[in-house]
Amino acid sequence: MTIDRRAFLAALSAMGAGALAPAAFAQTGGTPSGDPIRIGGTLALTGPLAATGLVHKLTGEIYVENLNKRGGLLGRPVEWVLKDDQSKPDVARTLYEQLITSDKVDLLIGPYATGNILSAMGVAQRYGKMLVHHTFGIPKLAKYERQFPAWSLGPDPETTTPEMVLDMMAQSQHPPKRIAVVTSKFPSVHFVSLGAREVAKKKGLEEVLFLEWDFGNRDYAPIAGRIKEADPDFLWVGGLGLEGNLLLDALKKIDYKPRNHFHLYPAPGPMVKAPEADGALSITIFEAHPPYTDNPVAAQFVEQFRERATKANMPETSVEVQAAASFSAWQIIETAVVANNSLDDEKLATWLRNNTVDTIQGKLRFNERGNFGDDLGRVKQVQNGQWLTVWPKDWAAPGATLKTS
Amino acid sequence: MNLPSSTLLVQSILAGIFTGALYGLLGLGLSLSWGLLRQINLAHFALAFLGAYLTYQLAGYGGVDPMLTLLMIVPLFFMLGVAVHWVLARFKVTPFNSLLITFGLTIIIEALLQWIWTADYRRLDSSYAEHRYRIGDVFLPLPELITLGLSVAISVAIWLALKRTDLGKALRAAAEDAPIAAAFGINQRALALMLSGLNAALAGIAGVCIALSYTLAPSQIYTWIGVVFAAVMLGGLGRPMGPLIAGCIIGVSEAVTMAVASPSWAPLVSFSLLILVLLFRPGRA
Repeated sequence: MTIDRRAFLAALSAMGAGALAPAAFAQTGGTPSGDPIRIGGTLALTGPLAATGLVHKLTGEIYVENLNKRGGLLGRPVEWVLKDDQSKPDVARTLYEQLITSDKVDLLIGPYATGNILSAMGVAQRYGKMLVHHTFGIPKLAKYERQFPAWSLGPDPETTTPEMVLDMMAQSQHPPKRIAVVTSKFPSVHFVSLGAREVAKKKGLEEVLFLEWDFGNRDYAPIAGRIKEADPDFLWVGGLGLEGNLLLDALKKIDYKPRNHFHLYPAPGPMVKAPEADGALSITIFEAHPPYTDNPVAAQFVEQFRERATKANMPETSVEVQAAASFSAWQIIETAVVANNSLDDEKLATWLRNNTVDTIQGKLRFNERGNFGDDLGRVKQVQNGQWLTVWPKDWAAPGATLKTS
Repeated sequence: MNLPSSTLLVQSILAGIFTGALYGLLGLGLSLSWGLLRQINLAHFALAFLGAYLTYQLAGYGGVDPMLTLLMIVPLFFMLGVAVHWVLARFKVTPFNSLLITFGLTIIIEALLQWIWTADYRRLDSSYAEHRYRIGDVFLPLPELITLGLSVAISVAIWLALKRTDLGKALRAAAEDAPIAAAFGINQRALALMLSGLNAALAGIAGVCIALSYTLAPSQIYTWIGVVFAAVMLGGLGRPMGPLIAGCIIGVSEAVTMAVASPSWAPLVSFSLLILVLLFRPGRA
């Protein structure tokens, strides 16, 4: 964590009024004309990742619509060529090949989920195309020099994320002494959980339980039973999507509420709505409250997203990490194209490696391993049916403080 | 490997039985369809999730008690099952082709679920979820008890019906040798339509149980296929008690593995068990 709220707001101020205005909405560049600039990508519109894929779809639609309203890119309209990769890496690979060779898109934007991004990255590399993507979870696998992540958890999330969380807990009213680490073996959460074990050990916490399960596990009751018996002060759940909910549900059924519990990448909607999840902690890069929404671009996006998600009958209508990462990916593309007045992949990639981009998450840079930059991760907590950022304190939602027991 | 406490062990065995009961309920219609109609109905899982979503809608938005949704879902699904079988019979679909066709039907139902309810997760908030009974240190959640009760009651009822009633004997005879059964006056076509309707209704009942205990997403249709097929194979085709017993064996073996060893070993243990039983059971069928 190298950028705090003050630095972020100072940077925003330094950008001046023009940049502070909701650039995606207020800036006008006249009516775009000429052949459209075609930006191609896939998303998991069906299959097991579709719930999150639809968040990215809605975000992209909002962004492109507004981009065109304010003049498009380089005076030309922008067309998003979107295909459904069915949540499958092999389908993503084929479709990116198609986007480049058959659809002949000008630029690429990534799919959702690490496996699919990795597939797209391989294709982009073969054709020398730049690939900006949203949520790549295993930085050490990002070897291609023209790929750029909008996922701002830094190059070593397996160290920086647990360190931030356990440092926060150490400074809380109830510093934990005994930790249980339970984790899915899904690749992008598993390695961070293994990192959490190491960090906990270094910080002198006693590990009272370590469990792994295969992604797709259906029965969490025995895992819940073992957690209850171990009775840790702090429960680290390396869960993805619904796994955290299923575990909390199983714990509730045996009448056990973990004192303090952290969930790595939960499905935010279901978790915030579950009464048993009150107090759950998780990682975030953006939440729909100040100080994030002090940025007018972010504030307006939050409003638009809420309106459109409600119309689309989506149960979760708040902008959080996925939508924010997706929005940031579009901001990265737009900034690079505008700064270079070009669509040349090499030129854009070179520029991105040497510059920072202002996004709704904060300033992103791409000059460390895997083109990752600062870890902008913060910690949020479910409090009274809302996700509220609680750490670091200067990013906390107004009036919100970390609650421990 | 630390030995679990007796409470953990008993709680885990119960959890395995509860999960196994759902495997059994899901597998029952599949087993009857495969064993007696020679149709491998993959759409059974999609129908179960359609039932779960309908329960979610009727109970969550219509204010209907989740258990009362059975009064609507069972007849509706019975008719749906009859209609699907009528189409399959009309085109004289072979067992292998039934697999392909019902897989296509699964995709269509999944798309329908996503179109109506989106791909986002849906969870039924019902008073049932809040109820659990306590015996000593062991907890018995009401939704799981309902699933177990329904699964046992329906499996026993169908077993008795197949064993003791003329209708059941006719069904078994038709499955054994259709031409001979027909020569004895058994209307195989009508029986098949009725059995298909029953199987679809069973999928609907399983759907109600899924809605009571699980968070729903259209793609979760596929997460059950492997283990339920294992229960059906292990239990024997066309045997009403088979999927329930086999489901409980799989569920308990998985749960105990999770309680005493690493949870990630659970599928390894249950599927190894399946392979061993299939290899060594007498009169492999």
